[in-house]
Amino acid sequence: MRFIEKIIPYIPLLTKGLGITLELTILSAFFGFIGAIFLVIGMLYGNRFFKILSTGFVTLIRGTPMMVQLFLIYFGLPGIDIRLSPLTASIIAFIINSSAYQAEYLKGGFLAISKEQLEASYSIGLNKWKTIQYIIFPQALRFAIPALSNEIVYLIQYTSVAYTIGLPELFYISKNFASKTYMNIEIYVFIGIVYLILIYIVTRATEIIQKKFYIPGFDLSHLK
Amino acid sequence: MADELLKVESIEKSFGKQKVLDGVSFILNKGEVKVIVGPSGTGKSTLLRCINLLNPPDKGKIYLQNKEITSLKHTLVPAVRQKIGMVFQHFALFNHLTAIDNVALGLLKVRKMNKTDAYKKAIDELNRVGLADHKDKYPAQLSGGQKQRVGIARALAMDPLLILFDEPTSALDPELIGEVLAVMQALAKDGMTMICVTHEMGFAKSVANEVIFMEKGKIIEQGLPEELFSNAKNPRTREFLSKISQLYGETGHK
Amino acid sequence: MEIFEHNLLFLFKNMPMLLSGALTAILLTFTSIIIGLVVGIMVTFFRIYGSKFTKKLMFAYEWLLKGTPPLILIFIFYFGLGNYLNLGEFFAAALALGLRSSAYQAQIYRGAVLSISTEQTEAGLSLGLSRFRTFYLVILPQAIRLSLPGFTNEFTIVLKDTPLAYGVGLVEILKAGRDILAQQLSAAIVSGKVTASLNPFIVYLTCALIYFVLFEIFYYSLNALSKKFQIPGFIFDK
Repeated sequence: MRFIEKIIPYIPLLTKGLGITLELTILSAFFGFIGAIFLVIGMLYGNRFFKILSTGFVTLIRGTPMMVQLFLIYFGLPGIDIRLSPLTASIIAFIINSSAYQAEYLKGGFLAISKEQLEASYSIGLNKWKTIQYIIFPQALRFAIPALSNEIVYLIQYTSVAYTIGLPELFYISKNFASKTYMNIEIYVFIGIVYLILIYIVTRATEIIQKKFYIPGFDLSHLK
Repeated sequence: MADELLKVESIEKSFGKQKVLDGVSFILNKGEVKVIVGPSGTGKSTLLRCINLLNPPDKGKIYLQNKEITSLKHTLVPAVRQKIGMVFQHFALFNHLTAIDNVALGLLKVRKMNKTDAYKKAIDELNRVGLADHKDKYPAQLSGGQKQRVGIARALAMDPLLILFDEPTSALDPELIGEVLAVMQALAKDGMTMICVTHEMGFAKSVANEVIFMEKGKIIEQGLPEELFSNAKNPRTREFLSKISQLYGETGHK
Repeated sequence: MEIFEHNLLFLFKNMPMLLSGALTAILLTFTSIIIGLVVGIMVTFFRIYGSKFTKKLMFAYEWLLKGTPPLILIFIFYFGLGNYLNLGEFFAAALALGLRSSAYQAQIYRGAVLSISTEQTEAGLSLGLSRFRTFYLVILPQAIRLSLPGFTNEFTIVLKDTPLAYGVGLVEILKAGRDILAQQLSAAIVSGKVTASLNPFIVYLTCALIYFVLFEIFYYSLNALSKKFQIPGFIFDK
């Protein structure tokens, strides 16, 4: 019970760390989603230039580890005279990373929509943008919900990587605690449970959202 | 002189090296029902998709109400499509929308009607195809025949000058074909202008003003249904029609 | 320009360090994937054919390992077990990433096995094959093919997770890059030249490039493997 004694004074710090973890997750998920919409439209409907640009971007980001991107932005950019705080660097890195992954999930949703849906939309006189807005997007989003929820789970887990650049999020605080108290297994199991609770909440919330937007014929259980 | 609505002038269309349409021409008058028959892969569906510019032709011209539509700027194309309804082989109902929302979408977003009027009109159109009771069902909750009737209502809602039917019954179970053909027959009786790609010979005999036989991207023969069915001039036409009536029988002939 | 040349020259001299880091990353990926494969198949088997209790246990196992951040798993295996059993950074990371992967691999294999219709099993049994031989001769060859795209994806995910071992001091690519920068900095201090001329941007860009090349190599060769075993008409992407 020595652990409980030691952890109590740490609770305010851990709560702050949790706040940063959540802030980083929510910002990255949200702005990553907005970026993803532009990317997926570029990949699927853009002209040659935008197609190559957005596809290339997504390929490069998905082809390299998150942590390397973070290092490049935080430790690398000062080499070309751009200096960012750990928080700014993390936010930028995670938004960039998440937008590429979310774009790929959305793309899967877009491609799951048959050509006839587009033809039907055009045949009643909707133009390209209205078709994307009213026909493709609402369906693609439903197809992509499970993947997007997974992305939030990933973000919660991988924001812990930001400790490497000194961002005082949940994992950073825990590591700090471990190095002072030598109670490694206790603290890591403890925050492991905190992360599990967070992830449980996200998964449950997704199930509720899916039920709310459920439409007969859109059985998503067969999709990942 | 008859009231000319649509003129198709020697249109050609290729996909890659394959020439799917090779100089097709015809005139469609207001109130006329044309049935297009022919073996699969002879460009019937492509012809329909040329007419509403889903796949614009490579060569040739199409006139709607004496105005050429094949050389329009792409921003003006949706306005043309609005005037040409289309009914699809696999229904193509918007899966995320209920029956009534499927019908109302074009009214709201293309014709920019207000909600009250749009839904009032949508319910009228669903009534016309006998599906007002099912207005709040999603496509996945409807039978094939019901889906296709919603598809017809969706096309009707835009008050089109003509409707293109792309094998509207070929994806249906035999016992569901009748309800769709009945709706189409009623439309024809009301004076709707229609082009139907179909194998339903009974339907062709009872409502078509002209039957066109197509093969390999060309019109081989065209004429009044009774003429074509009883004594087609071209041996290919005769062969095809006799095969079809053996295969499909004469459903829909009432 | 001169600085650029200097950077390239320096990187070139230190290439062996980066490449040995890359080798470590590859070894870590393979070790983790193999641990994941062996454990994953066992988990799959028990989750499909086990008793009710075993099924629940396997479900909990998958859920725990998928839900815990991989970084925490690595730290638990490195520091946590380190108090009782010292695994060293490589095996701590391999075990952490491998067990996490076993949960994901189990999901892939389970999906594949369950998507093969019961008629296939019935057809096998009706020929007089035993249950085991039906599984081995009929279900497994199909399940492996169905699993390959998911496996490819999982492989690249593990590769991209290897830099997490940086945290416990494993000299993989990223750590090698950082070590090169640190060496150069201390050399500059010793020689009295205060400004470090090795550009961190170029160093980390090189690290990223190495990962990208590895990613593409594995991605394309595993996809080629899927294609090679493809059966006409047998659909893989769902």
